[in-house]
Amino acid sequence: MLGRLTIDAIPLYSWVAMGGAAVTVGGGLAVFLLITYLRAWKMLWRDWLTSVDHKKIGIMYVVLALVMLVRGFIDALMMRAQQAISLNNEGYLPPEHFEQIFSSHGTIMIFFVAMPFLTGLINIIVPQQIGARDVAFPFLNSVSLWMTAAGAALVLISLAVGKFSTAGWTGYPPYSGVEYSPGVGVDYWIWALLVSGIGSTLSGINFIVTIVKNRCPGMHLMRMPMFTWTTLCISILMAFAFPALTVVAAQLALDRTLGFHFFTNEAGGNMMMFANLLWIWGHPEVYILILPAFGIFSEVVATFSRKRLFGYESLVYATACIAILSFTVWLHHFFTMGSSANVNAVFGIATMIIAVPTGVKIFDWLFTMYRGRIEFHPSMVYTIGFMVTFVIGGVTGVLLALPPADYLMHNSTFLVAHFHNMLIPGALFGYFAGLNYWFPKAFGFKLDAKWGIRSFWFWMVGFYLAFMPLYALGFMGMSRRMEHYADPSWQPFLIVAALGAVCVLCGIICIGIQLYVSIKTWGSSADVTGDPWNGRTLEWATSSPPAPYNFAVLPEVRDIDAFHEMKLRGTAYTPPDRYEDIVMPKSTGLGPILGGLAFVLGFSMVWYIWWLAALCFVLSLVCVGIRACDDDTDFVMPAAEVEKIERARLARITPSNMHDMRPFVPKGAASGLPMPGGAA
Amino acid sequence: MIETHPMHGLRLAGQAVKAFAAVIAVMLLQGCSMSEAPILFPKGPVGQAQLDLLLTAFWLMMIVAIPAIVLTLFFAFRYRSGQDTSAYDPDWGGSWKIETVVWLVPAAIIVVLGTLVWTSTHKLDPYKSLASDETAFKVQAIALDWKWLFLYPELGTASVNELAFPQDRPLSVEITSDTVMNSFMIPALGGQIYAMAGMRTELNLIADEPGVFAGRNTMFSGDGFPDQHFKAHAMTSDDFEVWKTKVGGASAALDAKTYLDLRKQSVANPVAYYSAYEPELFDLLLRKYAPITGPLESEAAELICRGGA
Repeated sequence: MLGRLTIDAIPLYSWVAMGGAAVTVGGGLAVFLLITYLRAWKMLWRDWLTSVDHKKIGIMYVVLALVMLVRGFIDALMMRAQQAISLNNEGYLPPEHFEQIFSSHGTIMIFFVAMPFLTGLINIIVPQQIGARDVAFPFLNSVSLWMTAAGAALVLISLAVGKFSTAGWTGYPPYSGVEYSPGVGVDYWIWALLVSGIGSTLSGINFIVTIVKNRCPGMHLMRMPMFTWTTLCISILMAFAFPALTVVAAQLALDRTLGFHFFTNEAGGNMMMFANLLWIWGHPEVYILILPAFGIFSEVVATFSRKRLFGYESLVYATACIAILSFTVWLHHFFTMGSSANVNAVFGIATMIIAVPTGVKIFDWLFTMYRGRIEFHPSMVYTIGFMVTFVIGGVTGVLLALPPADYLMHNSTFLVAHFHNMLIPGALFGYFAGLNYWFPKAFGFKLDAKWGIRSFWFWMVGFYLAFMPLYALGFMGMSRRMEHYADPSWQPFLIVAALGAVCVLCGIICIGIQLYVSIKTWGSSADVTGDPWNGRTLEWATSSPPAPYNFAVLPEVRDIDAFHEMKLRGTAYTPPDRYEDIVMPKSTGLGPILGGLAFVLGFSMVWYIWWLAALCFVLSLVCVGIRACDDDTDFVMPAAEVEKIERARLARITPSNMHDMRPFVPKGAASGLPMPGGAA
Repeated sequence: MIETHPMHGLRLAGQAVKAFAAVIAVMLLQGCSMSEAPILFPKGPVGQAQLDLLLTAFWLMMIVAIPAIVLTLFFAFRYRSGQDTSAYDPDWGGSWKIETVVWLVPAAIIVVLGTLVWTSTHKLDPYKSLASDETAFKVQAIALDWKWLFLYPELGTASVNELAFPQDRPLSVEITSDTVMNSFMIPALGGQIYAMAGMRTELNLIADEPGVFAGRNTMFSGDGFPDQHFKAHAMTSDDFEVWKTKVGGASAALDAKTYLDLRKQSVANPVAYYSAYEPELFDLLLRKYAPITGPLESEAAELICRGGA
């Protein structure tokens, strides 16, 4: 009836595991009780969970990412604490628990922090940047969100029921095969990836179609804001790369569940195929995480340097180069698997080539700052911190791209330091910059800048403290994933790294305080015009938060910095001659229901509860069928209502709260030659 | 417009620099222990060549990295708002000159590095036998849970968690695994290569001087992984003769049954010596994972290939 699920699945065997379970269950219970106490269930279901509005879906994605960030970071803190004390002793974590923690840390940070964070920001902003009213497939968007949430829920519940994988976030077989990892852990990992991977693939397709089909008049490709460009590139990567992950996870599931031999040691299985397939997804994935952050940095650096973005065309081509090249380098993740020198050299060179467009980007941002008027808004400070720190990560990355050097540094803490050096400044700082930059767009009031700056410095200092020692330890011969060690010369470095983690903890607390302070004083930092930073791109043309339809009348774009140009022309806030009825998608409960079914399906596959899995699968098909037969998925917002909303908004915008555009008015005649990034 | 004073960030930056300087100081105090860093102070030409390559590439990249970092900080300071005497050019969006430089200089460095990759990857191919007057000393390394078994075809003996070889001869290690994926490495002598069941990889190393170096599996392989290390002894010919006699005189021999016992999972296995080992053990283990039908040639082969399962 319940497969292999028995009372033994409750982690009564260790106080640390029990504590983790208690916090997870307690946290869930507390949220449940709070919502019940506030009598907010109906509102939550009607206005949020069932919403197909891209802005609300985006906000829910970001909330998911922040919650999972805390969980993933607790893992990191526990690992750092363990390694700081476990010189020649077991520390406080037994090996199996330590292994679960490093596995869940990586899985959570990649799949359930970075992915939802960037998908959330894209959701909130990209439709507005291209002057669209929603994404191409609003319902699909809701399904994507709930699939991702279902995957995250599977990882979370593994704390309370059963165990998580011990095979690392990459889950290399044969260790992750049923012979060496017989429990449910790897199955949790597989099903979390499968379920959320479907969400990511669908998101990718959705954004591609949105950007290709839904741009407003005048927004041709070379006028799209950089963030939209990076989104287009990563959406293509998502649509092409994630199927590889789905396939490889499904193959491993077949190995484990039905006794197949894709990746087993014996009977013709081949673990090298797993490494290839995983990294054919895995390397594009790195760019899926980083490119949107590059887009955010591009927006932020232009806005807060009060200057046009330098080398727009160059940045577009650099982004496209990176996206294409990202599919040609996967083998550098296993130079040490024994390929011939020719193969290793080709992949090493391909990897280095990516450094060129990436370097170009850094210099383009640099020259955007050149002759600007830089304001140290938190998002700009994150950008500067990123530029300085990311260069270091780029250098160590090129070192690892030299196959013979990689033979030395592979599997060491140097490698760990390198990819954190890419992903913390390169991706996470970008998302934080985006959070500080676009928060007023999503909620209608600004985030407190003081706490934003504090959180930045804690993150920045914490990052250096935590990862520079790991670079050094790599040279000292320390491998990654060591639960304890015997070399006393490593310990001081690991203690410094642990201090770094504590510093980052303060950074996360500062973000919490920043949110709390901002919400408490939101009236005094309200964003009336919808354009708090004197922005340049179209998302600032809508109100904050935007009306459900974003744009009452679709804008007409004449420049890369479309909204900036409208403000200069004085047409930014001109009411149209007349308003029209707007067709809007209806909310639907099918998204969360499908997500719930996917969660139960995954859970029952993990525990071999076959009948329940089959039931969920059939019910999912029924849901899809219901949706397919439903011809009444839209409603019409009458012109009168649109007019009422817009009039109220325009009445609030007075010359006194509009930005002074005089410094931007061109002086004298244009200077002759067309320039890259110049107005078309 | 923004509530924070622009100098606020700079003041905090000062504090951060101080904190960072303190950390560097701590690390420098640890400098003595850094001299134990086997990768920075290699004891053989392979490791030395790999390290040299790494350092060359590092300094080459500084051509781009240092300007990028310095200019970022300089521009952030120079063009901060409130400093309105500096030039301001809000519509300046591109310059072919700058674009040419920022594309071509990194590209040129990558051409140099790419050439370096091609030549060095071929030169330092782990399969390539090393040039030497002496014939290579062959060792077969087998990754087990969680220890290393070394077979010495030249001597007919075997050892667990201890590798010994004459210091003046190249060391040629054939590697496989009778468990999950492992990675064989002796950091002081050079890079690593994976050990995979049913597959044979190879590493060619050489030690310049006699010494005892740490070796380990670098690839996470389960609960006993942290203790899966061994000592690699590069010995003078006299010492090696002594060692040979010691191992040759060991009472235990590694027949098929003993091997099956050894193969069982064990953590921090003590060093063990075997005066003999099952003939063709390494090749049998490679065949163990091939889909073979029908009986194997001997009882020992049956035991090794199928008895453990």
